Amino acid sequence: MRPPDPSDTADPGAPNVRPRVRINTAPQPAEASRLAPNGSPAETASRGIATRAQQRSARTVGREAIFDVQDLAVSYGGAQAIAGVTLQIHRNLITAIIGPSGCGKSTFLRSLNRMNDSVPGFRLAGKILYHGHDLYDGAVDRVEVRRRIGMVFQKPNPFPKSIYDNIAWAPRNLKMKDGLDERVERALRAAALWDEVKDRLNQSALGLSGGQQQRLCIARAIAIEPDVLLLDEPASALDPIATTLIEELMQTLKNRYTIVIVTHNMQQAARVAERTAFFSLDVSAGRRTGVLVEYDDTEVMFTQPTDRRTSDYVTGRFG
Amino acid sequence: MSGSTRLAGTLPGNAASRVRTADRIGDRLLHGLCMLAALLAVLALGAIAYKVVDGASPAISRFGLGFLTHSTWKPNPPFEVFGAAALVYGTAVTSFVALLLSVPLAISIALYLSMVAPRRVRSVIGPLVEMLAAIPSVILGFWGILVFGPFLQAHLEPFLHSVLGFLPIFGATPTTGSGLFNASLILTIMVVPIIASISRDLFLSVPRELQEGAAALGATRWEVVRGVVLPSSASGVAAAACLGLGRALGEAIAVTQVIGAGNLIHASLFQTGDTLASRIADQFQGATTRLQIASLFYLGLILLVIGLLANIAAQWIGRRFDVTVAAQ
Amino acid sequence: MSDPFGRPPETTDLPDPAVQLMTEEPEAMGPPATDLPDFSGPLTPSGHLRRRQLISRLAEVGQTTAALLAVAVLGIVVYSVAERGASVLSLGFLTKDPPLLAGSAGGGIAPAIVGTAVIMALATAIAMPIGILTALYLTEFAGRWSGRAFRLILDLLNGLPTIVVGLFVFGLLVVGHHQSGFAGSFALAIIMLPLIARATQEVLLLVPVGLREAADALGVSHWRTVRGVVLPTARGGILTATVLAVARGAGETAPLILLSSIFANTVSANPFGQALPNIPVYIFTASESAEANGFSRAWGAAFVLLVFILLASIVGRTLSRRSTLSR
Repeated sequence: MRPPDPSDTADPGAPNVRPRVRINTAPQPAEASRLAPNGSPAETASRGIATRAQQRSARTVGREAIFDVQDLAVSYGGAQAIAGVTLQIHRNLITAIIGPSGCGKSTFLRSLNRMNDSVPGFRLAGKILYHGHDLYDGAVDRVEVRRRIGMVFQKPNPFPKSIYDNIAWAPRNLKMKDGLDERVERALRAAALWDEVKDRLNQSALGLSGGQQQRLCIARAIAIEPDVLLLDEPASALDPIATTLIEELMQTLKNRYTIVIVTHNMQQAARVAERTAFFSLDVSAGRRTGVLVEYDDTEVMFTQPTDRRTSDYVTGRFG
Repeated sequence: MSGSTRLAGTLPGNAASRVRTADRIGDRLLHGLCMLAALLAVLALGAIAYKVVDGASPAISRFGLGFLTHSTWKPNPPFEVFGAAALVYGTAVTSFVALLLSVPLAISIALYLSMVAPRRVRSVIGPLVEMLAAIPSVILGFWGILVFGPFLQAHLEPFLHSVLGFLPIFGATPTTGSGLFNASLILTIMVVPIIASISRDLFLSVPRELQEGAAALGATRWEVVRGVVLPSSASGVAAAACLGLGRALGEAIAVTQVIGAGNLIHASLFQTGDTLASRIADQFQGATTRLQIASLFYLGLILLVIGLLANIAAQWIGRRFDVTVAAQ
Repeated sequence: MSDPFGRPPETTDLPDPAVQLMTEEPEAMGPPATDLPDFSGPLTPSGHLRRRQLISRLAEVGQTTAALLAVAVLGIVVYSVAERGASVLSLGFLTKDPPLLAGSAGGGIAPAIVGTAVIMALATAIAMPIGILTALYLTEFAGRWSGRAFRLILDLLNGLPTIVVGLFVFGLLVVGHHQSGFAGSFALAIIMLPLIARATQEVLLLVPVGLREAADALGVSHWRTVRGVVLPTARGGILTATVLAVARGAGETAPLILLSSIFANTVSANPFGQALPNIPVYIFTASESAEANGFSRAWGAAFVLLVFILLASIVGRTLSRRSTLSR
């Protein structure tokens, strides 16, 4: 067991004092005996990852585990998308999911708020516990799930309504009629969009730029004050300046929400996330299945990853 | 070099020039024929308008615009007088009631087909609804007199009168089963599939990411429909409703079979009446005098104008909001 | 803020003044509203959700009912026609003339069947070439604006009340002469033309650009390309369009009332100079009269017509779905 790095006890409440992670240093495998470069995902999962996931790093000590994912497997009509995923996601942390494209990151994320339910042929095995409750239990109301676990999508998808109505729509549904104007303003301020749109709240949201639209979608999601925010590659369709804005936004938002972000940009993960999960593809047995390779504090993932595949990915040896 | 010249260039002498000429003639012939065909369509529309105005001119010069406001319709010479007011009323009422009933029904059916029905069920029910539109109007009208009418007379109309009789539209029974009410319901049956199939296509084309975004905000299915799907398709549905209106306005056969050929303006829907189209169908075969025929043509002219207006409205709404609307 | 020494995190997070970003007010949201759900509670509906789900379910029930109502009406009408029509149906019914005495039983509708077939064949023969040529004009020659204008004209033609079309052809061909099957065919052709033209145009647009470009690269002239490449590729779609147009035209009664309704009740195949008996007018006339035997023959005729049209519709739709799926 690796002793906790003393630098980890830095106050997590001062995100600007983030240790700068240098990605291109050669990783130093701490436990060579545990290296499993070609280990089967199941073996790696049962030996390395399960232990690691339960292992409390200093980051996660004392934090409630919002999500407890146990041996999750998702398939769409027979094609196995992800298998054997076990991890926990902790309160008020930003957890990043990284990995090459097609390895099930979005599938995993969407399973957390039951957005995969509408995909034909969707089958789920294993368990996802949210605050200890089984998310896929028969008595669970999907709408209630999404009330508590919000999502922002890769491509901004504002409604063809005014900016005000975009934000106010969900609160109105939830009968949050009192103080609607204040609620809209708070949401827009929290999304760092208020100053730019406060004079044109009644104009169509479709007239905003891409970056503004995405911040609008974030404002929309937090207007109903959920518990968790799932961000599916929120900045991949945006320019670098807008991306920076969104990343800074996340630092504020994590004080209030638990954030899980899927990103194909590992530098972004290094910049924003406290915990990082690396997914990859297992192409054994002729099938392409996404698996969780490694999950740890971000610094560890990028400097001292355990699995060879992780180190290959973060050093850019493969895409 | 043009295409034909290239080909011709590979052939020896005479053959080459023959191919070249044949190609030139062929191309020009094709262009000419196609243009002629397209112009025929325009010509047809123009000729129809002209002929109808021409056929109506004796009546127009005799009655003028008062034709629209007077309701006396007496075809017997020498006192023949024709007035279309009761027919305008009948047309307006039957079309209005038909639209009132069919738009919500059609939207509900379209929502069912696009949002609610599982895929396999959708592929069965969808074509069945479209088949409703394929039933010829004469058969629907035939059924309307002999099967539907008696049902209305014996059950539905007395029931409505007993429950809602305080409304003048549900007037006194006994009735004959034929009347504005029967005609309105038959028109509803014809118009619903038109609006429903266009609306269904519109609802299916609302971008998935919009609906997912709405669902991810903790909205129920109905809230997603009400907040995103319906507003996005509103103009397309309006255009479809205009098409349906055009259909209802122009339906002559089924209406004339079930409407009872009355000529008075009543408040009650259960009374007999007539519409512009159905009067033409009813009396044309038996029309004897020139004035009567001209008056029937005058009815046709009014029908042409309002029918064109409804269709132009449908196209305009559709084009304005970038929706393709065509009757299927 | 969570404490690394293990004290439990508070459920309400106050802003950390050290965290200053772009905005004046760093706090994400104000004090928690009282209508927030208990996030760690079970995932059953909170707040108003139960009522909202009920409304949603009611809406779905309403929509399902509407769809079932439509199917029920279809079923009732088809059943009514089938029940009454099938009882009259026999080989004799399809091959005999109607009885000489209008009120008597027995007899058949052979003249009407033959007449409808002749009128429809003639109408199709007129509408199909003009429709295809019009579609070709729209895809091969028309510019953006003229294409739009022509398509608008076609859509308007499509939506015209059919009785007005009947009036037009009456004024054109019947006034001063007499009714004729040809006049009926002419009117039906006007009604069928926009359908064929639009559907053919859509099929022509599906012909891959690569095919046209290959022909052009080979040095083939425009008309040869159209004849040898474009039309054959679109053949299936053109056939489908015609079938659907026939399904529409066979049921049109209004023009025929004006143009081909006074006829002798014997089989005839000559549409020129005389009105031809036809099924729609036959049914209509019977429905306006009052005698029961005419009714039963009319039900039989309605059954024959309905079966034909529904079959043609089904065939047409299956063909069109197959051709769009195969692309």
